Amino acid sequence: MAKLKINGKLVDIDVDGSTPLLWVLREQLGLTGTKYSCGIGMCGACAVHIDGEAVRSCIVPVSSLNPSQEVVTIEGLSADNSHPLQQAWAELDVPQCGYCQPGMIMTAAALLKDNPNPSDADIDAKVTNICRCGTFNRVRRGIHRAAEIHSGTGKGGRKS
Amino acid sequence: MKKERINVSRREFLIRSTTVGTGFALGLYLPLGAREVMATEGAAAKASEVPEVNAWVVIKPDDTVVIRIARSEMGQGTLTGLAQLVAEELECDWSKVTTEYPTPGQNLARDKVWRSFSTGGSQGIRGSHLYVRKGGAVARHMLIEAAAEQWGVPMAECQAANSVITHMPSGRTTTYGKVAAAAAELFPPEQVELKDPKDWKIIGKPVKRLDTVDKLNGKQIFGADLTLPGMLNAAIKACPVFGGKVKAFDANKINKMPGVRKVVRVEDDAVAVVAETWWQAKTALDALPITWDEGPNAKVSSASIDRMLDEGLTSKDKVFVGNQIGDVNQALKGAAKTVEATYRYPYQNHATMEPMNATARWTEDRCEVWCPTQNGEAALEAAAEAAGLPITKCDVYKIHLGGGFGRRGAFHDYVKQAVAIAKQLPGTPVKLLWTREEDMTHGHYHPITKCKLVGGLDDKGNLTGLHIRISGQSILASVRPQWMEKNGADMLTFQGLHADGDHAISYTVPNLLVDHAMRNPPVPPGFWRGVNINQNAIYMECFVDELAHAAGRDPLAFRRTLMANHPESLAVLNAVAEKAGWGKPTKGTHQGLAVVKTFGSHVAACAEVSVDDNGKLTIHRIVAATDPGYAVNPQQIEAQVEGSFVYGLSALLYGECTIKGGAVEQTNFHNYPSMLIKEMPKVEVIVMPSGGFWGGIGEPTIAVAAPAVLNAIFAATGKRIRQFPLKSTDPRLV
Repeated sequence: MAKLKINGKLVDIDVDGSTPLLWVLREQLGLTGTKYSCGIGMCGACAVHIDGEAVRSCIVPVSSLNPSQEVVTIEGLSADNSHPLQQAWAELDVPQCGYCQPGMIMTAAALLKDNPNPSDADIDAKVTNICRCGTFNRVRRGIHRAAEIHSGTGKGGRKS
Repeated sequence: MKKERINVSRREFLIRSTTVGTGFALGLYLPLGAREVMATEGAAAKASEVPEVNAWVVIKPDDTVVIRIARSEMGQGTLTGLAQLVAEELECDWSKVTTEYPTPGQNLARDKVWRSFSTGGSQGIRGSHLYVRKGGAVARHMLIEAAAEQWGVPMAECQAANSVITHMPSGRTTTYGKVAAAAAELFPPEQVELKDPKDWKIIGKPVKRLDTVDKLNGKQIFGADLTLPGMLNAAIKACPVFGGKVKAFDANKINKMPGVRKVVRVEDDAVAVVAETWWQAKTALDALPITWDEGPNAKVSSASIDRMLDEGLTSKDKVFVGNQIGDVNQALKGAAKTVEATYRYPYQNHATMEPMNATARWTEDRCEVWCPTQNGEAALEAAAEAAGLPITKCDVYKIHLGGGFGRRGAFHDYVKQAVAIAKQLPGTPVKLLWTREEDMTHGHYHPITKCKLVGGLDDKGNLTGLHIRISGQSILASVRPQWMEKNGADMLTFQGLHADGDHAISYTVPNLLVDHAMRNPPVPPGFWRGVNINQNAIYMECFVDELAHAAGRDPLAFRRTLMANHPESLAVLNAVAEKAGWGKPTKGTHQGLAVVKTFGSHVAACAEVSVDDNGKLTIHRIVAATDPGYAVNPQQIEAQVEGSFVYGLSALLYGECTIKGGAVEQTNFHNYPSMLIKEMPKVEVIVMPSGGFWGGIGEPTIAVAAPAVLNAIFAATGKRIRQFPLKSTDPRLV
């Protein structure tokens, strides 16, 4: 039995402690926005926030978490698609198939939290998610656009 | 193109009329849970509340327009593009458009009213534009007729725009939603006129995708996310060696592990564990002792396959001609200079982000499957075959794909497996989800080929003869033997090198021979985004570059001398050369070009790269031009061009599946990498639709990324790379 804090709510989970957080989210809590793709922490489709950091939930055993840690999934990023990244993503039609996008958005959200106006180099360093449809250039524009929306300025983020 | 007058089949109407009122909507056939899934696709679950105007169009009283889409959305934007085509002729309010998928079972029951469900070969728009526009036009006609009847006025006095019908003399108006039910009772017109393209208001506009919002918050359900009441989960392992079988497994070792419900043999080559959760199923499967009968291919290796292909490079055995002009042997003998090179292109996995999966429920009387598929009808056939039931007792509910790229079109191995598992638990829905490792090692791989090219130049540096010998694997021989020529040739092998048609060669060469020594190793090949144009464009475009340098000519000027009879291809080449500033590269970079015609579109690229003192490659910029004839949604075309470069460049930089002991060695993204955002060049897209034809979008530009980059690498280093991927060059470029 594990107690976790997911999207602001305390939940009791009855699973083997070695179960990865990803599968607790998907199969115990029905939060299927967090995706399985590689299972080895390589692709980022399963990224969630743990205390504000982007973490690949497929390699986090649930036993390593405690209820004081805030886990936020794509479903908890905003109630109404109002996060600046969600706004920017909608404006630019970033997703193609969309499967990697929750992980992409959660990774970008953690980046923006620490660095509200990231350069291209900052994005390159932090966004290491795989997207086979190839949305990268729109992801980059989307992050810069979200930085603008967040700051309330009309102008874009720094370019390198 | 002027207005087109199109005949309407009475048969379509008759079939429609028998089904109106019987409850069309997908939701009616779905259990709870799945209905919620379909609801996320739009208004599907509620569409049955009103009768359809015709097979393509349902309009609700609140004026919501539900457009039915037969092809599958997998990221390429076809859902939006096809809806634009219908909406254009329907004259409806675009802001009220939603979409839904009919099921392949319904298509069968209605004598294929939605025609093809196949979503591949960049066919979505170009293969169905005529009949989906007709569907919209017929519906518009019936809606106007219904309004005219209600008003008691001649139909000719009424016009429709933006879902509003106006009686022109009186100014009276009504909306589509108000007359849709009456329209549904009318006979369709015998003829409709399609608009002149110059009058298009929705086609050709960069409208937003219809499927973005739910992809931003986790609400979009993919096959892997599906949950049905009472559903169990399955993990599977098939024999890693191609052609091998299960010898034995000891279910007793795992039967008591948490959540495990059943351990089952699946067909003759796989074992699955069914458990309450997928993680439990996977954990138990990992602990299951399985022994395999590795079969006849256990000694096949990359080296043994290479030997097969090497033999084919000069063989006269099992060689098929794809394109022949003049006498190439004579031309090469008489050449002032000959140039020769041999290239090799490896096996590659599709590696969709969402691994293969399907959910099935089987009873003695009915089999239903929920799955991501590029071809609902093929999925239905696979389901019926595995179910052992008549196809009329089966159906498939399509769910958005987490990537397709060809993996989920011709191959429904995962559907057959899911049904075979569900059949062993009658009445219980079972979701089968492959691990990434299963996905990597049980693909239908981009086929392997080598290519030997010999070109002859005269004393002025003109190309007088060219022999292109491809040696390697045929996709059709394995996947679609019925599409092969009578003599056994696979014409798809010659994509981009054909004499004419959608994949015609872009050059005129006075003496040309393109032939294929078919050599089929026992590794299952498949259609892979771009199919054979990916390597053929590298072979052709890199070798043309080699010839240009051998002739002492500028690669652009050299190509132009061969393109006088190919004005559309020349136009896209000129466009990239101009925009990129050919001959004047950005400081510190070097340029390379490529041009092809494929999937009916003309595409070209100019790449700018640098290679640093340590030999590391940076791709800075690619300027790409595409002429697809008509451009239905320019912003989605841009997205597809950029995306195709990621897929094509990932293949060039990293994509290789090697074979050892009859099995694929790569198992996950750590040894089958894909390019990342930090490697992504700036892409500048020129969309230049010349009109008059309908070319593909999803695949064509993938072909020009790799050769343009390779030619730029040569410009930077003076070294010609002829083996791929670049991670395997010595020294490594990436």
